[in-house]
Amino acid sequence: MPRGRPACDHGGVSQPAATSGAPGAARPGTPAAGVPEPPVPTRGPLERRRSGRLVAGVAGGVADHLGIGVLWVRAAFVVLAAINGAGVVGYALLWMFVRQESADTERTVPRRERQQAMGLVALGLGIGLVAALLGNAVIGWIVGPLGVAALGAAVVWREADESQRRRWAAGARSGVAGAAGGGRTALIRVVAGALFVALGIAVFLIGNINLGQVQFGLLAVIATIVGIGVLTVPWWLRLARDLGEERRQRIIEAERAEIAAHLHDSVLQTLALIQRQADEPREVTRLARGQERELRHWLYGPQGYGRGSSGGGVKAPALDEGLAESLTKAAAEVEDTYALTVSPVLVGADRPLDADLRALVLAAREAMVNAAKHSGVDEISVYVEIEPDEVNVFVRDRGKGFDPDDVPADRHGVAGSIKARMARHGGRVRLRSTPGEGTEVHLAMTITEASTEGTGAPVPVRTADTAERAPQDPGRETVDADGSDDRQEVQS
Amino acid sequence: MSDEQTDMGSGTGGAGTTGSGKDAGTPITVFLVDDHGLFRAGVRAELDRGVPDVEVVGEAGSVDEAVAAIRHLTPDVVLLDVHMPDGGGAEVLRKVRPEAPGVVFLALSVSDAAEDVIAVIRAGARGYVTKTISGRDLADAVRRVHGGDAVFSPRLAGFVLDVFSDRPGAAPPGDPELDLLTRRERDVLRLLARGYAYKEIAGELFISVKTVETHVSSVLRKTQLSNRYELSRWASDRRLV
Repeated sequence: MPRGRPACDHGGVSQPAATSGAPGAARPGTPAAGVPEPPVPTRGPLERRRSGRLVAGVAGGVADHLGIGVLWVRAAFVVLAAINGAGVVGYALLWMFVRQESADTERTVPRRERQQAMGLVALGLGIGLVAALLGNAVIGWIVGPLGVAALGAAVVWREADESQRRRWAAGARSGVAGAAGGGRTALIRVVAGALFVALGIAVFLIGNINLGQVQFGLLAVIATIVGIGVLTVPWWLRLARDLGEERRQRIIEAERAEIAAHLHDSVLQTLALIQRQADEPREVTRLARGQERELRHWLYGPQGYGRGSSGGGVKAPALDEGLAESLTKAAAEVEDTYALTVSPVLVGADRPLDADLRALVLAAREAMVNAAKHSGVDEISVYVEIEPDEVNVFVRDRGKGFDPDDVPADRHGVAGSIKARMARHGGRVRLRSTPGEGTEVHLAMTITEASTEGTGAPVPVRTADTAERAPQDPGRETVDADGSDDRQEVQS
Repeated sequence: MSDEQTDMGSGTGGAGTTGSGKDAGTPITVFLVDDHGLFRAGVRAELDRGVPDVEVVGEAGSVDEAVAAIRHLTPDVVLLDVHMPDGGGAEVLRKVRPEAPGVVFLALSVSDAAEDVIAVIRAGARGYVTKTISGRDLADAVRRVHGGDAVFSPRLAGFVLDVFSDRPGAAPPGDPELDLLTRRERDVLRLLARGYAYKEIAGELFISVKTVETHVSSVLRKTQLSNRYELSRWASDRRLV
């Protein structure tokens, strides 16, 4: 399927080729997408910048997300750093938990901005440290060695970001091997970072604690574990993300398979049948129409594929075998049997079938069959209006119609049976036909309070209203079969 | 609507009837936008063959192509597919309509989904017909939108009736002028949904075809401008895809 709804569901497929084409870059509202006029002011998810960054792209990502200048975000981090180093901690947390954007977007960073940013970073770190030192001697003392450890971790994490970038570029090599790859410099950087971390933790331990041999051994083990934990944070996070990504891929794959299977089972089969019957137009129409209906139901039906989880139109989720469903089904049967088009238009909220409404559906079906058999046209209009207190069905054809004075016996019989059926259930039938212009059957069924949860007073029979809605024409025959109300003994 | 006034002279007289095409002087120029080449060819053949007063002047298979060509050719009527890559018919409407106010758009789609129909109407299309429409009816619809009228398929009429119905629990209308249909408009829509042609509706309600056209145009305007919940939601659903 080259177009249509399924293709639109996974983002980026139908995006302009002008942008870099990857899902992340094509989200509306992300300035990174490079689209000059984002149509909807929605923001992309928070993602760290991959290019045009100084440390980890956090400030840039936040700026993109909020739609403000990078400089402001950096300045905010610096100001926050003055408050007991909160800015530094916040930056570190965002670095850990916000993922990188998945595509390289070209960003040119002017020299001036770069220098500014570097100055801000130095300022931020300095302010953080000084504030900590001034504020509390103990914290300052801890910040020293632990700061060294944090610096080491930062070096390693940055290397992890780099290797992920290489991995994106090189394709989907997975595992730590792919993540750690990247040549000598990368290795040196990782080792140096690890040494920093170890050193920092060791100095912290030695400086702070005086203990016996056993306890020191225990602490060393714990410290090692903590150090490894800190160093491998990026890989753990990536592992979790990759798992999520893989699951998403699997879901998409399953969905694709479902679509393919469906198309194969239905559409291809029908096309084969159509080719075989190419010399029988009636049969071809029937097949094509049946297939169209089935596909439509699959795509746009109440539980249809294209509806997704967001839910469709105004109508409540279809009742298992509600009035709308039954009428649609009846129309489909007539279509199939007589190889013509019956297009039902439904208005109003669906409701469950009761005995009366079932009779209405059967009568409507009979009216459709009648039109299909006698009108001589290949299209029948069906309009169903479901109101809280009344259901109206109009079955109309633009066929030859008939003269009331010259009714063929069989036609009269069918009309009679519709009338009798409706009358038994308190419904009304109005039949209008003009030779050469077509026939319309109007079926009306009042909803009794037995089926509307007992609203008290009996619902008035709205003959006057119906008459007003469809004024009579002197040239047309009108047959009213106003129901003998055999359902007056309803219990409240 | 301003197109209505500017186009008044060209075809309103004949458009209300079943397309007799009285003004056979200059043919109506039509531009096709659909990403299915096969379908374009089919429509083109159908319109070229049997309809002398409608002339297909060009076609396009993508949004960008369509936008460029419509700006260049300024056809009378654009037949617009709803589903296309790069944003579909609504995108074409958004890009072209501000610059070419004289061009009218008629949406043509296989989709019956309310989101699609309503979205393209709200983006500015003057009508909506399904692709199974016969060549004769299509030509008729083209003449009608060219004449400044709106074209409602029975299903579109059904959707609009549904949206403007006052269900219990629905939010009160913000702007009665736009958010409510008059009784007459409702009657006309109901008959449209029942499959009646304008002339038949006129006969049924004892009003002139002109009045029917006015009612339908007014319903179109309300559908485009009203802020009723479903209308705006359907439209925005489509935009975000």
